[in-house]
Amino acid sequence: MAQTPTGSSLTPTDEQYTRREFFSWFWIGWITFSVASGAILTLLGRFLFPNVLFEKLSNFRAGSPTEFGLGVDERFKDSWSTWIVKGPDGIFALSTVCTHLGCTPNWLPSENKFKCPCHGSGYRMTGLHFEGPAPRPLERFAIKLDESGNIRVDKSRAIRYANQWDDPDFVIKI
Amino acid sequence: MADNPLKSLWDKLRETQIWKSIFRHGLPDNPRDQSLAVLSNVFLHLHPVKTRKSGVRMSFTWCMGGLTFFLFLIETVTGILLMFYYRPTLEFAYNDIIALREHVPLGVLREIHRWGAHAMVITVWLHMFRVFMTGSYKPPREFNWGIGVILLVLTMLLSFTGYLLPWDQLAIWAITVGANMGAATPFAGVEGPGTMLLKIGDVNLVHSGNDAKFGLLAGRFIGEATLLRFYVLHCIAIPFVVTLLIAIHFWRVRKDGGISGPL
Repeated sequence: MAQTPTGSSLTPTDEQYTRREFFSWFWIGWITFSVASGAILTLLGRFLFPNVLFEKLSNFRAGSPTEFGLGVDERFKDSWSTWIVKGPDGIFALSTVCTHLGCTPNWLPSENKFKCPCHGSGYRMTGLHFEGPAPRPLERFAIKLDESGNIRVDKSRAIRYANQWDDPDFVIKI
Repeated sequence: MADNPLKSLWDKLRETQIWKSIFRHGLPDNPRDQSLAVLSNVFLHLHPVKTRKSGVRMSFTWCMGGLTFFLFLIETVTGILLMFYYRPTLEFAYNDIIALREHVPLGVLREIHRWGAHAMVITVWLHMFRVFMTGSYKPPREFNWGIGVILLVLTMLLSFTGYLLPWDQLAIWAITVGANMGAATPFAGVEGPGTMLLKIGDVNLVHSGNDAKFGLLAGRFIGEATLLRFYVLHCIAIPFVVTLLIAIHFWRVRKDGGISGPL
């Protein structure tokens, strides 16, 4: 190791790595660097997806069925994004989210329809889509009478298509 | 003229160490010093030392790239000023935007920021139209075209994230619509094509709690977390990337042979 600054220091000896041998180990460094970078980027991506949300509960009590007259009831539109609709077959809970791109339609009593202000989708009182770009009816939430006889709406369960409307979990027969 | 006091002061000034430490070349009155003036300046060196005659002809370039950069500077300056008053919270966001117009001196700043943003989108499109029609995307400039396409997308994202900040009905529903489009991303959005295929047993890998829409909104619905997320993206994250890419974009114009000439 103890070499004089001049002469033989440039000539590789048995105890010395050559420059080429030294560089030939760099692939370990590159693999370590790539794996570490990938891991950090994955973690940073995960960082953007929170574990705890401070959003509303997904179910609520809507009061006694006797409080509702025939037609569309808008009292839970702002607070729970839900219309309680009483029709000839029973009471069901309609989502206020337009199935086109998620705006909130307006209930127009004079025209007996829901009309979305964003792109003009129209729905009947049953939630069935009949005009505009909406691809499917308004969703219906699970609805039942709880022990105290009040309506309980469970927004975590929803049906998307009209052929599921007969499901007893999604309508209160009257 | 030698005894002109201003002239001798000027000459003395150029002899000082401070002056010499900043400008490391002589007066740019000859081709060599003119080149050095550009090359030794960190801002100017992005630009070619010499420009073709066609490169400064308005009818050829429309100056659209330059106008886009000018508007980006306007947006940066007005944006920084607006940040002194705007608070991205449910309680304050809407009222702060009103206050910026009604109560803050120079209430027109927010309008300049808004109209500048509209104008920048237009000039970016016209710039790309010019580059396309003059064939300036062809080799050796194809890499810079690629950079430009990324800058176009980032300009759109700047507009999209800025759209939410006034926190009015238009903003909330526009971002609702945009986020629902995100939910239709193939394999990454909960409503997107192919997403249903990504499942282990009965468990969906991509659901409303981890899809593209969730990442965009920081939740299932638009809320305060969304407002903060869009604010940070709009004011810090995207401008940072855009600034970096603009520097590369300008530098590549020089490296790829300057502004293209007429065919």
